[in-house]
Amino acid sequence: MVTLHVNGKAQQVDVPPDTPLLWVLRDVIGLTGTKFGCGMALCGACTVHLDGRPTRACITPISAAAQAKVTTIEAIGGDQVGKAVQAAWVDLGVPQCGYCQAGQIMSATALLQQTPKPTDADIDAAMSGNICRCGTYTRIRAAIHRVAQKGATK
Amino acid sequence: MSAPRDSMISVPSDAPSDRPLLLANVSRRTFLAGVGALGGLVLAVGFPAALRAADPPKYGRDGMPDGWVDDPLAFVAIGEDGTVTIVCHRSEMGQGVRTGMPMIVADELEADWKRVRVAQAPGDQKRFGNQDTDGSRSTRHFFEPMRRCGAAARAMLETAAAARWNVPVGEVEAQNHEVLHRPSGRRVGYGALAKDAAKLPVPPRETLRLKDPSRFRYIGKGELKLIDAPNIASGKAQYGIDTRLPGMLYAVVARPPVYGGKVAKYDAAQALKVPGVVRVVEIEQSPPPAEFNPLGGVAVIGRNTWAAIKGREALKIEWADGPNREYDSAAFKETLEASARKPGKVVRNEGDVDAAMASAARRLDAEYYVPHLAHVTMEPPAATARIVNGKCEAWGCIQSPQAARDRIAKRLGMSVENVKVNVTLLGGGFGRKSKPDFMIEAAVLSKAMAGAPVKVTWTREDDLHNSYYHTVSVEHLEAGLDAQGKPVAWLHRTVAPTIISTFNPEAKNEAPFELGMTAINIPFVIPNVRIENPEATAHTRIGWFRSVSNIPHAFAVQSFVAELAAAAGRDPKDFLLDLIGPARRIDPRTLGDTWNHGEDPEQYPVDTGRMRRVVETAAREAGWGKALPKGRGQGVAVAYSFVTYVAAVVEAAVDEKGELAIPRVDIAVDCGAQINPDRVRAQLEGACVMGVSLATKEEISYKAGRVVQDNYHAYEVARISAAPREIRVHLIPGDFNAPLGGVGEPGVPPIAPALCNAIFAATGKRIRRLPIRDQLKV
Repeated sequence: MVTLHVNGKAQQVDVPPDTPLLWVLRDVIGLTGTKFGCGMALCGACTVHLDGRPTRACITPISAAAQAKVTTIEAIGGDQVGKAVQAAWVDLGVPQCGYCQAGQIMSATALLQQTPKPTDADIDAAMSGNICRCGTYTRIRAAIHRVAQKGATK
Repeated sequence: MSAPRDSMISVPSDAPSDRPLLLANVSRRTFLAGVGALGGLVLAVGFPAALRAADPPKYGRDGMPDGWVDDPLAFVAIGEDGTVTIVCHRSEMGQGVRTGMPMIVADELEADWKRVRVAQAPGDQKRFGNQDTDGSRSTRHFFEPMRRCGAAARAMLETAAAARWNVPVGEVEAQNHEVLHRPSGRRVGYGALAKDAAKLPVPPRETLRLKDPSRFRYIGKGELKLIDAPNIASGKAQYGIDTRLPGMLYAVVARPPVYGGKVAKYDAAQALKVPGVVRVVEIEQSPPPAEFNPLGGVAVIGRNTWAAIKGREALKIEWADGPNREYDSAAFKETLEASARKPGKVVRNEGDVDAAMASAARRLDAEYYVPHLAHVTMEPPAATARIVNGKCEAWGCIQSPQAARDRIAKRLGMSVENVKVNVTLLGGGFGRKSKPDFMIEAAVLSKAMAGAPVKVTWTREDDLHNSYYHTVSVEHLEAGLDAQGKPVAWLHRTVAPTIISTFNPEAKNEAPFELGMTAINIPFVIPNVRIENPEATAHTRIGWFRSVSNIPHAFAVQSFVAELAAAAGRDPKDFLLDLIGPARRIDPRTLGDTWNHGEDPEQYPVDTGRMRRVVETAAREAGWGKALPKGRGQGVAVAYSFVTYVAAVVEAAVDEKGELAIPRVDIAVDCGAQINPDRVRAQLEGACVMGVSLATKEEISYKAGRVVQDNYHAYEVARISAAPREIRVHLIPGDFNAPLGGVGEPGVPPIAPALCNAIFAATGKRIRRLPIRDQLKV
């Protein structure tokens, strides 16, 4: 048994400790908002926050996540920055198929929490780990700038 | 109104209810297009009926399997609370169809969008009309039927209100979710009218009053947010990979690494020892042709996906690779080149190319190569199935739900009526998910597990190793210029394994629908033109990839045009416009194109005026010819595909180390009227990024019959840092009463040639082989 702290809730899971957090979130706990894309930390679709740090859940064994507070897309709206990012994503029509956008939003939120006014270079550095096959990058960039300009808190 | 749900069942929350909805109580009137039973698999996957010589030609939506339906009772339900539920029968894969289609109905219905819900249709083409979400057809084919759906439902509500007030129907008018009696000012809401309206007959089509476009509320405005965006942004959206059912098992499959291969023997002992592994099941091989069948292999079924993945790693499998075991991309490129240098089947011939070449002042030739490509949808193929009481229900991210249903039924030996296919959101499609092989796998495995729900997830490695790939091609171009630099002869040999090979292994020539993608149907003003198509043999599953054969054809043709311009010492844009020539409407059949994207050649001629206009617009908006710093250049290309005209001007910047950046792309699109302009822009932006991605990075290659690339580190796609910094989309206004063009695919073809033409302008280096990768490195 491993105890995880996911979105403010303690969860006991009965799987081997080397099981990636991604599959525990999705298959065991039932939080399917965090997506599988590659299994090798190459695409960012599985990005969650571990103690606020953007982390690829597909290569993070639950043994390494047990001490951390895990935040997923389902709860990022509870954070002021996360909420603003979600709103900007809807307002600017960022998503196309939307599959990668949970990971994009988690990465963008972490970026804006750390760097409230990111430059384009900051965005490239923070967001290059997240692939969008639909090619929504120009709108992702615009939405991040939008949040930065408006400020996360009103 | 919402369907009753088992709280354990995590399926799209808007799946249509099986309960009769209020407006669906009346006996159904359907207007199928008289397509009837369509024999033959190839036809069932969306080849236009016009290809069948024996039949009278049927075009557009009439030519698609099961045609179209405009019955409001199939698409619209109104609850007593006034909630309007509109069914979307096409698959959402990022093109915005779940917003766009219902919006059309809602507009004609005078429904208040805030009170509209969208329900996703299961696979049932008899009920909803064609559901093959491919070929950039959804809006183009269903704009009119969906308008009639909304108008018919509006007429029924107006009739019900008039009857209630006992006034002539001509005195009432539907307005924003209410019916108004104009003389008295009385109003009644849609919810209060729903029951009465449901008892009325559906009015005959010819009596319907469609709105004047000036009165559209939503159509053409682009002001509605995506219906799924809030769920997407909060992690609630349900994709094929997200289905959860009580007692569900999780499977991954080890498939033959070589096309046509099969399991020789396997040992599951170690796999079965992996914690969480439940069972190992062999899936019988389907020998080539692949069609839509599962490839076969060995499935590991576990309590969660990770257990299944670990179990698969522990399998010992010996494969019998079969006849494609020597497929090698480097060798095959040479085979294609050898074919391209010899005469092949002539598919268009005007004038005397050989004589004109012989007397030309200058002759040029060039060969262009585009490798196999993979869709790598962010969501890999994934599907779930269960079998209860002899009935199979499946959920999946599928572009062709009726094909999935038919093939599951066939594989399980069930009647089609006993199979239900639910369509989830698709985490990308791009043509990969037109093939239901992965859904059939789920059904086969559920059957093996006595009907228990089984979800099959493809890993990224599976997706790259066992896809239906974009073809690989060599395009050989020759031209003769006269003394003034004017082209007098044009020879194009296109060589590529055909998609038909996936259905008929004997097929070695490109099909009309492949040649008709910017190879044969070029409308250039050149007196002597010959297009040839030497044979090529497929050694892997070839399938549709967003914009299909337009990718290699447009890359070659539009690059070669720029090469000719350079040879003639002309401005590439002016040279291109001269080749397109004056505005005229050309019957595609006179260009040898009998396909014409399945559309009526009278309604959809090749319109060189529209082609010129997109070139001129993109060039103007891009500031064509402006002074640029050293290492920067502009390139232009145009493509007519999916009956839409798109031109792109790319600005490329290449630094002293050969690093490429794309500061800006200007795209002009003429697809006719735009129903949801913001999504048209979004599709063109996305197509631009995909075009840049395939031009710069993407390549599937084979060694010993096996795909070399495993995951995104080896099959690279464009990331945010490599994407164009600015993409400006310029929409040419259109007429809502004129035929529409496609939107999802036509943005891709002009990007690679425009980029390579820009690189030439910036550096003098001509790229003829994709991907570019390190070809610019100094």
